[in-house]
Amino acid sequence: MDLATLLPFLVNVIVGGLVLGFVYAIIALGYTMVYGVLQLINFAHSEVFVTGAVVGFEVFRLLKGVDMNGYLKLVIALLAAMTISGLLNVLIERLAYRPLRNAPKLVPLITAIGVSLILQDVLRVIEGLQGRFDLTYTLPAGFADKFCAATSSCAPLGNFLRGVGVDLQLKDVILVVVALLSLGILNYLVNRTRLGKAIRAVAQDRVTAGLMGIDSNRMISATFLIGGALGGISGVLFGMKFGTVNAYSGFDPGIIAFTAAVLGGIGSIPGAVLGGLTLGVIQNLIGVTNILGQVVGSENLGAIDASYQRIGAFIVLVLILIFKPTGLLGKSNVEKV
Amino acid sequence: MSLPSMFSKTPRSAKPDRTLLLLAFFLITSGVLLVSHNGPLLEGMGTAGQFLKNPITEAFFVSLFLANVLFAYLWNAAPWARALVGAGSLLLVLPWAGREDTSLLDLSIQIMIFAALALGLNIVVGLAGLLDLGYVAFFAVGAYTWGIFASPRFSEVLKYYGENPGATNAGTLAIGLFLTVVTAASMVYINRLTARTAPTATSTWSFRLAAFGLVAGLTLAARATVVLMSGQAAGLANGIDPGFFWLFLALSILAAAIVGVLIGLPVLRLKGDYLAIITLGLGEVIRVLANNLDLYTAGSQGITPIRSASVPWFNSLAGALGFTEDQHYLLFLYVLVLIVVGVILLVNVRLDRSRIGRAWIAIRDDEVAAQAMGVPLVQTKLIAFATGASFAGVMGMIFAAKQTFISPESFNLFQSIGVLSMVILGGMGSFPGVILGAAVVTLLNLRILPGLGEATANLGIPQQVNPGQLQRLIFGIILVTMMLLRPEGLLPNKRRTLELHHDDNQEDDSVDGNAGALGNTGAEVYSPGVAPTKHEDPAGGRK
Repeated sequence: MDLATLLPFLVNVIVGGLVLGFVYAIIALGYTMVYGVLQLINFAHSEVFVTGAVVGFEVFRLLKGVDMNGYLKLVIALLAAMTISGLLNVLIERLAYRPLRNAPKLVPLITAIGVSLILQDVLRVIEGLQGRFDLTYTLPAGFADKFCAATSSCAPLGNFLRGVGVDLQLKDVILVVVALLSLGILNYLVNRTRLGKAIRAVAQDRVTAGLMGIDSNRMISATFLIGGALGGISGVLFGMKFGTVNAYSGFDPGIIAFTAAVLGGIGSIPGAVLGGLTLGVIQNLIGVTNILGQVVGSENLGAIDASYQRIGAFIVLVLILIFKPTGLLGKSNVEKV
Repeated sequence: MSLPSMFSKTPRSAKPDRTLLLLAFFLITSGVLLVSHNGPLLEGMGTAGQFLKNPITEAFFVSLFLANVLFAYLWNAAPWARALVGAGSLLLVLPWAGREDTSLLDLSIQIMIFAALALGLNIVVGLAGLLDLGYVAFFAVGAYTWGIFASPRFSEVLKYYGENPGATNAGTLAIGLFLTVVTAASMVYINRLTARTAPTATSTWSFRLAAFGLVAGLTLAARATVVLMSGQAAGLANGIDPGFFWLFLALSILAAAIVGVLIGLPVLRLKGDYLAIITLGLGEVIRVLANNLDLYTAGSQGITPIRSASVPWFNSLAGALGFTEDQHYLLFLYVLVLIVVGVILLVNVRLDRSRIGRAWIAIRDDEVAAQAMGVPLVQTKLIAFATGASFAGVMGMIFAAKQTFISPESFNLFQSIGVLSMVILGGMGSFPGVILGAAVVTLLNLRILPGLGEATANLGIPQQVNPGQLQRLIFGIILVTMMLLRPEGLLPNKRRTLELHHDDNQEDDSVDGNAGALGNTGAEVYSPGVAPTKHEDPAGGRK
């Protein structure tokens, strides 16, 4: 493979990475919001998002035979996933985290790991009782088609993409649009509404916020609701992107999204998005290093393939935590004794 | 567990004497254990035999039997009775029953391997307060250290390097050794210099450079050695001589401790949740490496067969005791594991009472305060990591020898969480507690859940959702309920109980209940200077 064919290929890889990055970004927002308010890594978030993916799968399955616009089906799936994941997250907070609000950090952390394990098996049993384990998404017709394959109706974006040789499916475009929309709504919610103001106040100082008449427990529940709803959205997007989901498939994206949140600066919303996009691209690049290795003629580079993608995220995580623990957009946190 | 008298420090005069009860319990449970593991006898008993053979009843009787040892430790009885019951159970009755039913020996070895792992993790999590989710990586290091050399893998590696030597061997070896010696000497020299004066940027960097050179020199030397040895490949088709087992026992401790330090060094600046997720990541890295370094680890296929030590005199002894040929190595491993767990327990108890142990607890309770009091933070944490890791390393090696097969799947995150749940179930920081936790969780995993799975297999439940596969659920429930209801564990540490008690009396802390107990540990009970609660999170909902 020479450079002339490699360049469009690389562009493709990077664009694909960005699309993937949006999925990670939305998952990362779920971690970041909870961390921002409670300083707790919600390990169970990866299962919350898998729950969203499963709900999305069930909705698509139920609506398969129904004669309905594909986009409407998607909206229904997203809403259902948001509702159920959001409520699940609130329930987890109420039962597992709230009683431990004043315990040392290690305790809720271990609880979170436990909750995550419980949810994995519960999901598996629920789906397993109906004979389904590896859920394969069947999307509404057309979603898996090439974006603007031969038509000229979608100019100028489609023409531009085809011009630079980028190969996208319609579902990728939908994914990015949904992700951007939910980002916009979240941004509005957090920065422009009374609820957002109250949540930010609680995140900053729970006692003072309480003195100002804010019910911190309700605000924390609201945060978990929003975080869970985002998890639901990301679950459906994840299912659309990868096509298959099972009860355990939350682990990898969960870790990558957590890394994304830390990379961007945990607690920061734009940071989570930046981190997600960066990691999506890095992951896709690691996945094709063996092709790059063939081009450069290096055997060692060729030996690194997709199985090292996970390691890539961890190495990024270790490096950030060593050199810039606050992340790219995070604020430094002075330790008070 | 074998040393119950070791703990009998405090007089328990308030409790009634239970010597007779203990002996009676010992005799009954031993009898039941011996009967229920005697195949021919069970055959003759018909339905009752079937009942006794059932995995769940078996697990029940094994638990009752193991409870002996626990009671010998807990109950107030004459010292001779406690020693007799403890030693008699583990050295006499268990091997005896195991002679009739090898799976019992196998189970006991598993329990003790996990007990050692839990004891190691207990140092890291329970004493030093560093949540390590990648603990099983050290187990893997130990297992692969022995697995690679004591299996056909070693000759594969030699063959590969024989065909791809890379450089001239003798010359490379000389350069490598020279580099090693020079860099090691310069490291010592720099260290001496900086011991007298404060370290400067130059000295720090030259030290790092020398360390890098040392690694490079060792790598060169190792590679050249392998190339030089490649002629032997055919002769080592089954791995190295089993006599090296003892050397490797030491090497696996060393290797795991080094990996522990290597993993510990970059991440020790982190605390709590970050540390947890980084260790989780590094544990996964080791697993992915094991999965991908096909030349050394055979990838996902795993290494097999792995040899065990050959101890002729022990075999003849076992033969004299009536053990059949194929049971010899199991009995040998049983005794070995028993000794190793005993040593680990002893080391643990000594460490706990030492300066290091107190430094760990100080760090767990308040890092900043401990540092202010002159506890060297990095050094102390590294010792915790390395100690915990070395226990896992030695057990990893024994595990490899016992299974004769290892693959990356034996070392996934889930195993780490399993060990963590043992520590939490038993009680963080409490040695008998974590051993109990290991026994309970291992029995649950290897006997009770599969037993339930078998029992329900005919009830029309799909294979994939049968209780035999619900380990995650069980571990999750253990973690959550213990954290919510009894964070100090089943057999809490005495020091911690005291603090809990103190907690209940202080009206200020009463709302925290048990949940707050973990945070309030260590502070001197009546010290006016140290606030009993950690006010990290001043916005606690209760105020």
